[in-house]
Amino acid sequence: MAVSTTSPAPAAARPSTRRSFVDRVDAHLKWVLIVPSVAFVGLLIAFPIAYTAYLSFTNASGSVSRPKRFVGLENYTRWLTDADRFWPAVGRTAYFTGAALVLELVIGLAIALLLRKTFRGQGVVRVLILLPLVATPVAVGMMWLLIFEPTIGFANLVLGWFGIPAQGWLSDPSTALNTLIFIDVWQWTPMVVLILLAGLTTLPEEPDEAARVDGAGAWQRFRHITLPLLAPVIGAAAILRSIDALKTFDIIYATKGVGGGSSHEAETLNVLAYGQAFQFSQYGRASALLMLFFLLIVIVLATLAILRKKADQS
Amino acid sequence: MFTLSPSRRSFLAAASAGALTLTLAACSGGSAEQTAPEDVKTLTVIAANSPWTEGLKTLATEYQQKTGVQVKIEAYGNEQLNDTYKVKLNASSSDFDVMAFQVQDVMREFSRNGWLTDMTDYVSSDADWDWEDFQQPAREAVQLDDVVYGVPVMTEREIVYYRKDLLQQAGIPVPKTLDELKTAVSTLNDPATGTFGIAMRGSRVPLVTQYSSFLYSFGGDFQGKDGEATIDSPEAQQAFQFYGDLLRSDGPPGVTNMGWVEASALFAQGKSAFYIDADSQAYTFLDPTKSSVVDTVGFAQFPAGPAGSKFYNIVPQTVGINEFSTKKDAAWEFIKWATSKENTARLLSENTVPGARESAWADASAAEAFPAELVDIIRNAGESGVGHDRPQLEQVAQAREIVGGPAIAAIEGGDVAAAAKDAQKQFQDLLDSEG
Repeated sequence: MAVSTTSPAPAAARPSTRRSFVDRVDAHLKWVLIVPSVAFVGLLIAFPIAYTAYLSFTNASGSVSRPKRFVGLENYTRWLTDADRFWPAVGRTAYFTGAALVLELVIGLAIALLLRKTFRGQGVVRVLILLPLVATPVAVGMMWLLIFEPTIGFANLVLGWFGIPAQGWLSDPSTALNTLIFIDVWQWTPMVVLILLAGLTTLPEEPDEAARVDGAGAWQRFRHITLPLLAPVIGAAAILRSIDALKTFDIIYATKGVGGGSSHEAETLNVLAYGQAFQFSQYGRASALLMLFFLLIVIVLATLAILRKKADQS
Repeated sequence: MFTLSPSRRSFLAAASAGALTLTLAACSGGSAEQTAPEDVKTLTVIAANSPWTEGLKTLATEYQQKTGVQVKIEAYGNEQLNDTYKVKLNASSSDFDVMAFQVQDVMREFSRNGWLTDMTDYVSSDADWDWEDFQQPAREAVQLDDVVYGVPVMTEREIVYYRKDLLQQAGIPVPKTLDELKTAVSTLNDPATGTFGIAMRGSRVPLVTQYSSFLYSFGGDFQGKDGEATIDSPEAQQAFQFYGDLLRSDGPPGVTNMGWVEASALFAQGKSAFYIDADSQAYTFLDPTKSSVVDTVGFAQFPAGPAGSKFYNIVPQTVGINEFSTKKDAAWEFIKWATSKENTARLLSENTVPGARESAWADASAAEAFPAELVDIIRNAGESGVGHDRPQLEQVAQAREIVGGPAIAAIEGGDVAAAAKDAQKQFQDLLDSEG
């Protein structure tokens, strides 16, 4: 028969150990209470970013659990010296974001100013303007793909009524990116309208009335009163839209597919990273690309925040 | 200093347990512990949208009535399917058991990643089920280094779809050679009336598989005997040029944005005299709700080039078992039942699924559902069929993007020789990187 040699001492010591643990927890309760939120942030935000950063220094491919080698900055230098895919993708990302942002702010402001005045049927118009916003981006992409189809699409049919020759729209490499900007503007301008309209309704009316009494014209009042007062709201809308536009993926993928088209004409950084990760299973390279993209977004946001701060101070 | 009340203690305990569960969930891999088939109540199948998957939905209901095992089917588009697998299998997910996959796209990569179950013993375990009844090329297609990774459930070939009425009106016979095809296509190309000579895939990556039969019929291939890159061979360049010329001169506008969905839509709407793609799309054109050419569509074997009529004859859908599944034996029982002689013949006649069993094709009543011209081509595939339709390596997607380059140059009227030389170097580098 086996004889147990376990000493009973630890069992006897257990209550005091437990008490000291409870006392310690008790002493640091405020720290203990934030554990769930720290765990949440750690697992769902910090861990993925840290793991992506780790993968970016390896040659991980095929499966992340396959043996991988530490390759230092190789993935980064590969991208930064890639004039075929990386830098054109950076250019397209910047162009797409810049153009979409400017157009959406200008058109959005114009529509918001028009909708500010009360008129009959205002409710219906506001609902109609918001419709694109509630549509799923992939469905939006598919819809425009059909409309812009060169042979059987509605867009060229309409052009034909006016005797204008058919256009390549999404299929022509020289116009594809601009067509995508158009789709983005169509879908997201309503959001800018919504934000700016909310901003406009909160503006004080006195300065405008005072200027009107002083004989200022509509443009002068807009330029020197409405616009400066609305600047913080425009800034907020710009930040929100620029983040969204920078990471646009769905409409490009739905209309141009993997690689952003046959000549990569609509390949932005997001589309390029998706292709590297999911099509090519090059997780190391894709991670490096995403880290570079992450840095780019941080730089853009920091710049916008600084500009906003300066504007607020002045 | 204050003391912990019982409720605070239980709150803390619950919070730590929650955090621990999250951590463990993030760290855990798939468990290899297997559940006995008789204890399995549900099986999950992931597959691509295809006629086979449609047929499988009926079979799944019957299987549940017969055995009590509920079979859940998740169907995705082809690209989304591979993304789904990569996400789930990278996380060693065991939340699905049966996986339908495209052999040529992913079998090399998935098997090397250790994601596919070795099914060699399963397929040879039951003489009545009869592994030998599957067509030999199909059996070979699902093996790698003598290991079987799945059961082939569909076969597919590249064929020519044509408009019988247009050819008849112009007095043109059905093209038997690529030269005759070119002449017929240019004769029937009439953009002024909205009819183009030919519609085919022109988008860089999707076109590669359909370019393959042109390549083989010109006497070339993607790789040589030792697996080396051969996409700048004179035959390959001629094939690129031929493919590009057809689409540039007599194809629809915006062709470089076209995959099979767009190109087949043009043909189905009567806007193209010819359409060359996989025979699995035949039923789209015979469906009155999707096609305006139901009565006028004809099917022909891929035309002969300098090397004869050589077209791909592949296995587009294979059904295997997730390596991380905890119900492998039960999964095999379901696969065995769904791919039995009887059910393969049923799917052939009821869902027009071109299966891989010899016995199903030998059954005249089952093959009756197929147009006679198509059955002739399928029966003739043994002599002319090539078992692959894309480069054969682990990184197929990357290779397809490279091979598509010279084809795009040809479609756009660019320098094919220079593009082929560039692509050859990139493709060889890629092959070398796999060792």
